[in-house]
Amino acid sequence: MLEVKCFATLQDHTPEGGKIDYRPGLTVRDVLKMLDIPEEEVKVVFVNGEYKDLDTSLQDGDRLGLFPAVGGG
Amino acid sequence: MDKLIRINTKTNEVVVEDLSEEMSLLGGRALTSKIIRQEVPGNCHPLGASNKLVIATGMLSGTPLANSGRISVGAKSPLTGGIKEANSGGVFSQKMAKLGLRGLVLEDKPEEKTTKVIYINKDGVQIENMPELANLGTYETSNKLFEKYGSKVGILVIGPAGENLRLAASIQFTDPKGRPARAAGRGGLGAVMGSKGIKAIVIDDKDAPRVKIADTEAFKAAAKRWAEILQKHAVTGQGLPSFGTAILINIINEAGALPTKNFRFGRFEKAADVSGEKMAELIQKRGGVVAEGCHPGCIIRCSQAYVDENGEYITSGFEYETIWALGPNTLIDNLDELAQLDRLCDDLGLDTIETGNTIAVAMEAGVLSWGDGQAAIELLKRIYDPNDYLGRIIANGSAFTGEAFGIDRVPVVKRQALPAYDPRSVKGVGVTYATSPMGADHTAGYAVCQNILKVGGDINPLKKEGNIEVSKNLQIATAAIDATGFCLFVAFAVLDTEDAMDTIAKLLSARFGKTFTVDDIVNLGINTLKDELAFNKDAGFTKAQDQLPEFFSKEPLPPHNTVWDFSIDELQAAKVN
Ligand code: SF4
Repeated sequence: MLEVKCFATLQDHTPEGGKIDYRPGLTVRDVLKMLDIPEEEVKVVFVNGEYKDLDTSLQDGDRLGLFPAVGGG
Repeated sequence: MDKLIRINTKTNEVVVEDLSEEMSLLGGRALTSKIIRQEVPGNCHPLGASNKLVIATGMLSGTPLANSGRISVGAKSPLTGGIKEANSGGVFSQKMAKLGLRGLVLEDKPEEKTTKVIYINKDGVQIENMPELANLGTYETSNKLFEKYGSKVGILVIGPAGENLRLAASIQFTDPKGRPARAAGRGGLGAVMGSKGIKAIVIDDKDAPRVKIADTEAFKAAAKRWAEILQKHAVTGQGLPSFGTAILINIINEAGALPTKNFRFGRFEKAADVSGEKMAELIQKRGGVVAEGCHPGCIIRCSQAYVDENGEYITSGFEYETIWALGPNTLIDNLDELAQLDRLCDDLGLDTIETGNTIAVAMEAGVLSWGDGQAAIELLKRIYDPNDYLGRIIANGSAFTGEAFGIDRVPVVKRQALPAYDPRSVKGVGVTYATSPMGADHTAGYAVCQNILKVGGDINPLKKEGNIEVSKNLQIATAAIDATGFCLFVAFAVLDTEDAMDTIAKLLSARFGKTFTVDDIVNLGINTLKDELAFNKDAGFTKAQDQLPEFFSKEPLPPHNTVWDFSIDELQAAKVN
């Protein structure tokens, strides 16, 4: 299982129950495709709270956070 | 020539001066810090007659330029004991600039408590003692002043906290809807104003002359490009208007850096309940306003009107910092309660960051329970009563409250409470907290951009590498932006847009009829920091105060289990010299 959360303008792409099935070799890019999120809309990807790129391979149990460009202060 | 007005708060004497050649090319924080450096003795008592409260418009304020209407307030801070500039929105700055005023300086202090209101219009300055306003909240005071002076004026006002000289007191500014919800919050400047017996300043720009622009054509062209830069960037063009600054709750939480339960954890279980997404959803459902500007000319519009279940207005300028300080940091997880706490802070005239941290310290002490929003509301209400001892303690901020209750877990630098990013896991902003002349302040060098948001670069927030340099550069750039009158949020677009600095240089050149280069802008930032550091040195600061509280180096912060690992000597490299 992977825990996947999509935020701000991407909220509606969050999968049912916030989880998707894990399979070996899955990358962040694959997850975006599965959730129908255009790559150019994703600015920040966190895997277990660390900033990662789209080619990062995921491990079973990973927590994924997907964000568009956000700011504040 | 723009002018400076000096008001002696003891004698009511008013002196109008032309700005000197040097001063005429300064504004905002550059001007407040220059005047304080030159005229206020470093070792004076911040609530005594020698301190001065300086209010300055930005160099570009009063023009139609997008997002240029911010204001700076400076003094020696009664909270930190060092120099302070606090920056605010509201309609005051543009009205003041349109009257040809760059600065207002409140000097000396009356022998007995007064509740004076200063009214400024094109014909001059009137000062009136209005004891009927004594100890009123900022909302009621503003309403009474709008009744008296008309609804089109701008107001700067303190609440009971400032009048009673509390160290966490803010100065509040009215927004375009007349709500005193914008704050020059940090450093207790409301108490400096209170010490001078001034309750409010009313600015009326009716029939004011316009700001003189030396080269209107060049200014127009650069202003057009400027608006484009802000509109085109994803953060300033979309993110901030859609969700407000509270959009950060989720991303900082995901990054594991949302300080929770007085900086014990980096994630808050209930983060989603107090997030910007949640706020936007509630406001929409209840019929509030999702996006509005704190001053006309703001095209980013990060503010909002938050309403209760019946659609009645509670508060605006309900920001990430406020929600975090009063919420995740205290475990209060109900947005309606947080909105009421924000409203109370604005009405009492209290800094929300300082106050949220203080409530957490009071929770450490067992004064109230973690997560108890109603108890927090009752606690803040006690501050309206000037004789309530617990109210007095709380309104004096985190360090004071920690001392009063013998608590050793107090997140402050230079006695000012930390903002909403745990420095162990956002090390770049931690460097700013430790080294800024302002005390713990995120706006002074917002490395959250490069550490977390990936705007203007990519620097690992969990490691030391690159974080001293980025904080130093941002501290310089911020000091410059704070001089212009631009809202600091323009920085998101500026950092990512190649010709942005050049455009600012063109705007300044066209405004003043004198060539400004990008280097000149950088030097403006450096010189401002030099003034501030020199003041602090005279005030008795040494490098020993440039460090975070000990527990940050000892306790690992989950989920990344990082500790704060910069030494005082390493940190010195983040300061200009
Ligand atoms: S972006 Fe927000 S803080 Fe900045 S000027 Fe606009 S409303 Fe005010």
